[in-house]
Amino acid sequence: MINKLVLENLKARWVRTFLSALVVGVQVMSILTLIGLSDGLLEQSANRAKGSGADIFLKPGAQNTFSLSSGQVLQKFVPLVAKQPHVAAAVPVLIVPVQVVTSMNGVDLTELERVTGRIRFLEGGPPKGLDDLLVDEYYAKQNKVRVGRTVRMLNHDWRVCGVIPAGLLGRFIVPLQRLQQLTGNAEPARISQILIKLDDPALVNQEVEYLNQLLKGNLQAISMSAFVSQFSMNSIPELKAFVGVITVISVVVGFLVVFLSMYTAVVERTREIGILKALGAKPLTILDILVREAIILAILGWIIGLGLSFAAKTIVMTFLPASLPVVTVPDWWPIAAAIAIVGALLGAVYPGLKAARQDAIEALAYE
Amino acid sequence: MSSATKTGAMVSAEKSSGLEMIRVRGLTKTYHAGDVDVHALRGVDLDVARGEFLAIIGPSGSGKSTLFNILGGLTPPTDGQVWIDGVDLRGLSESQRTEMRQRKIGFVFQKYNLLPTLTARDNIALAQNLSHRNAPPPGFDEILQMLGIKDRLGRRPRALSGGEQQRVAIARALVTQPAILLADEPTGNLDTENSVAVLNILRDLNMRNRQTILMITHNPEAAAYADRIVAIRDGEMHDA
Repeated sequence: MINKLVLENLKARWVRTFLSALVVGVQVMSILTLIGLSDGLLEQSANRAKGSGADIFLKPGAQNTFSLSSGQVLQKFVPLVAKQPHVAAAVPVLIVPVQVVTSMNGVDLTELERVTGRIRFLEGGPPKGLDDLLVDEYYAKQNKVRVGRTVRMLNHDWRVCGVIPAGLLGRFIVPLQRLQQLTGNAEPARISQILIKLDDPALVNQEVEYLNQLLKGNLQAISMSAFVSQFSMNSIPELKAFVGVITVISVVVGFLVVFLSMYTAVVERTREIGILKALGAKPLTILDILVREAIILAILGWIIGLGLSFAAKTIVMTFLPASLPVVTVPDWWPIAAAIAIVGALLGAVYPGLKAARQDAIEALAYE
Repeated sequence: MSSATKTGAMVSAEKSSGLEMIRVRGLTKTYHAGDVDVHALRGVDLDVARGEFLAIIGPSGSGKSTLFNILGGLTPPTDGQVWIDGVDLRGLSESQRTEMRQRKIGFVFQKYNLLPTLTARDNIALAQNLSHRNAPPPGFDEILQMLGIKDRLGRRPRALSGGEQQRVAIARALVTQPAILLADEPTGNLDTENSVAVLNILRDLNMRNRQTILMITHNPEAAAYADRIVAIRDGEMHDA
């Protein structure tokens, strides 16, 4: 019967119920979308790494996996690495950020194909000049870019020569030499990492150990599987902190929304609370009613938030597939529900206690 | 201090025998309004027999609502003693007074005080639920029949007339099988026809079911339906 009373109360004030749940839902959507975006970026990076086809990555010794954005490796290491046993190809790559979450990859495409195998072009073909640019299908779709068009990046005009499937190194691929010139990495020639293809993939672990001994900390060799496994939220302290901040903000907003909703409900229903008390409802029963209302608001908000997060993902992936790769994060659904419920419970506590302490006679006299 | 014990209209021998359902001795209630003490009740004595229908009549500000609230366990007295069905209210905690309300008291208010979001049926079921009863008491169906609301139970209060709402409120009060039905100006918001109907129902309940009823009213015509009438003025009881 208490549940029925709670549901009827929420139904009777459906506009407030809907708006409260909607705001909680927006918070849930924010969490799921931001986490989906973070995971999407990580997943995209992992897929690109896998898409390169390399067996081993060589990167600066002390560098974080996610800091491949500048030329810290001397290119002169490449011939040394290339002549090591079981190394079929060693390809230098310079990675330079060009947008907030997008980078440009400088690489010799012929060399790259020794690692990736033959590259498929959706449109156009490989670069013929130093100012030719390859873009991936998402960028081409989002920006309606066709072969032959000029695109300005890094204060330089590039001619789009081809469109390639997403998942190969990065959104943009240009000749290594030009990128080095434009970013001050030409003299001495510097790169971000070296992609290594082995003649026998089964020797990866052995070769990683061998290269690390050979390079004595100047460069760090890491297998593809180990490299890809680092693309998780736990490997990035900054991202964990960001998620923490988002979570706290969501709890606070959920708290404020439910607090306001419950507080006004308690004031509005003063007389009803008096009636319940006269009928023998204990303070805990009154608190229980408001807590149940808050939990239902949170659950409704969570459901709305799930729907909104799918809508947001669809919109983002339709209009900004190149900029914001959002993925669905079902692992976070229960976490988002818990965040919504915690915020709602915190918001229900004070109004609930206020209602529970209400004097029955004064409440019954309330107009 | 004046006494209203065993005075007023005739009380049947059966009703007056046995322990009193309500026994009040030296009851005082003082409210503090700033620096001023307002003495709402000044040493009230009152006995109400089991199965008696008592009307307490008095003008506004006479203290009758305060008496109603104390007898209903909604507020503690400042001094004096009150026994309800043998239970001494003195020293009861708020929680214990709440339990007493669940088990022994049924309220009927002037403004009906039905929960607007629930149907009549659910208003009644909620009171039953709060008193930890799984089902209505035996014979409750006949009470609903007598109240004439069986076909109105699916409606919410706003879809009921004032008279119907008050009859639902009476049903809600009776579903817990209270020892006492406390009615505060039960006809105060009703027209003459509905007032007569509600008062007849209260009298029938008293006659048929031996339901103890204490009715507060300022209306002598309504009070005349009771077995006995006592008056309250300036916080003191007087024979009516």
